[in-house]
Amino acid sequence: MSTTETNHPVLELRNVSKTYTVKQGMFGKPKPLKAINDVSLSLNRGEVLGLVGESGCGKSTLAKILLGLEDPTKGEVRVDGEVIGATDRRTLARRIQPIFQDPYSSLNPRKSIEDIISLPLRVHNIGDSNSQDKAVRDILDIVGLPQRVMRTYPSQMSGGQRQRVAIARALIMKPEIVICDEPTSALDVSVQSQILNLLNDLRAEFNLTYLFISHDLAVVEHLATRVAVMYLGRIVEESSVGGLFDTSGHPYTQALLKSVLTPEAGKGVPDTELGMEYPNPIAPPSGCHFHPRCPMAMTHCASIPPRPVPTPEGHVECHLFDSENDHNTGAPLVREGV
Amino acid sequence: MNSPLLRVKDLTIDIPVGGGTLNAVRGIDFDLNRGETLCIVGESGSGKSLTSLALMGLLGGRIKRTATQMEFDGIDLTKANNKTMRALRGDRMAMIFQEPMTSLNPAFTIGNQLMEALLLHRNVGKEAARARAIELLEKVGITAAESRLSQYPHQLSGGLRQRVMIAMALMCEPELIIADEPTTALDVTIQAQILRLLVDLGREMNMAMILITHDLGVVARVADKVAVMYAGELVETGSAEQVFNAPMHPYTRGLLRCIPQPGKTERGARLGTIPGIVPNLVGGVTGCPFRTRCDQAVAACRDAIPHRKPAENHRFRCVHETGHQIAETAV
Repeated sequence: MSTTETNHPVLELRNVSKTYTVKQGMFGKPKPLKAINDVSLSLNRGEVLGLVGESGCGKSTLAKILLGLEDPTKGEVRVDGEVIGATDRRTLARRIQPIFQDPYSSLNPRKSIEDIISLPLRVHNIGDSNSQDKAVRDILDIVGLPQRVMRTYPSQMSGGQRQRVAIARALIMKPEIVICDEPTSALDVSVQSQILNLLNDLRAEFNLTYLFISHDLAVVEHLATRVAVMYLGRIVEESSVGGLFDTSGHPYTQALLKSVLTPEAGKGVPDTELGMEYPNPIAPPSGCHFHPRCPMAMTHCASIPPRPVPTPEGHVECHLFDSENDHNTGAPLVREGV
Repeated sequence: MNSPLLRVKDLTIDIPVGGGTLNAVRGIDFDLNRGETLCIVGESGSGKSLTSLALMGLLGGRIKRTATQMEFDGIDLTKANNKTMRALRGDRMAMIFQEPMTSLNPAFTIGNQLMEALLLHRNVGKEAARARAIELLEKVGITAAESRLSQYPHQLSGGLRQRVMIAMALMCEPELIIADEPTTALDVTIQAQILRLLVDLGREMNMAMILITHDLGVVARVADKVAVMYAGELVETGSAEQVFNAPMHPYTRGLLRCIPQPGKTERGARLGTIPGIVPNLVGGVTGCPFRTRCDQAVAACRDAIPHRKPAENHRFRCVHETGHQIAETAV
């Protein structure tokens, strides 16, 4: 395919929610946990959407929904305009493939590399054994592994090589979308840069679309074209990579950016001013979920949930940016016990 | 206070393996003053964790440790017996481990584990120990400290558990803290908070700290002294400014090119790489261990590698005087 970035979204989430029921204690009443709370997103072909946020914000749940491993409680996910859930898992698996964080636990230690990479082809009955063999050889070339590794086992490989195997396994189905869930955070610095370069080359060569989940904002800034910031199941800000990193809006985004430790000597450790711990998702704070940790919080932030405000390149959910909101008195919220 | 708190000379760690001896750490030197932070940075397998375990006397029985000098405040650690080491550990030197989930005992309460070291090393009663535990939990920023004492590790989040680990290490006001990747398992926001806490407490209590990490960002922001470790050797040591602003060793320069640096690296551009893999350290290692991956390597790299001293307190090991093959074409 020679299509470049078009305006047709290859992936679209419309008002997706996922609620789990969590039982507290043996006699406790089950409570709802909103892992994903009314999220809408769209992703064009060839884009890389960086998804950032602290652990427990719902990043991985979102990835599971996209892979068809979880069904959304509400809303719909469209791939190339088709609603998933209506199509079966097999069709979906041909279009969306994952690369996981830890190449030590995501490869079956008892299967040879050839078996691991060719498994998707066998599951989907694509080609005979000769053409499968050729496909494996071709993909090994593409991810930069020598042909001789076909007969070896994961335990004989380094972390970087294993992650290349995981990439080969994802790409052998020629998917349109690849979900990368922290693909380099288990790797050493010198290996991480090789894998990031490879992912970048592959995207250009095959016009792939990535959802890139990472807690490393420097890596996200480097690789992504768009960025979505998640907090307690909501996307609180979404923008182009330039829009977000150069002129960030949401106070939470600013705190995340502040916490990036760039290798500059003598600058000291930044104060994120986030104060409190990440809140309990079973009992999220009222109003704007972020208000107890927000250094800019105003009185009405504690009672009124902010609505998405369009920005030139995306949206932001924060009262500071909502000029039509008549509650916006600018009175600072007095925080207790920070 | 003129002599350093910790002085290590020619520390060597050998591990017997099936095919011979694994020369995991080969002749490293460093010293550390009170109130100073030393960051040992290196990739997996470089020997940085082994170095810290060697200092604490926690290496397994089969692992051989030798050193011409290893002194902690005048106490010769090479000759110290188990009894001396037990008296030091948790009292005058303490350790913070990477994984707060696996290094806290799931069967005991937070309070129990916090008070253990104090009850063991100091002649204090339970009430005093309890008060000290509450005081330290508050110091590391844990709210409702008193109620946390009766909780178990699984009831706390990762960030809280790591703070408990720090509080535990501080119970006896140690003079030296060794933290092995204390923030690697945490979110970036929590990482910044924990590091600030460690730095502030270190300053307040005039503690010396050895921080072991693979994260160059952490090193640059926290370290007074930096030691870059590769395949069991310290290839470059110096102040944070020296190592980050004027890196000399080809490996240090390579590492800094590998990471995307906001504002410096062009978005989406190719990142630098270090080709090849870490050498096998079984059976005599000669010459520079980095030569197989180095873009500056020459034939002389197989021989003994000189120690170079480009500035006061800044040292590196390379056959090239400037770390470059030809100084004129230096990038």
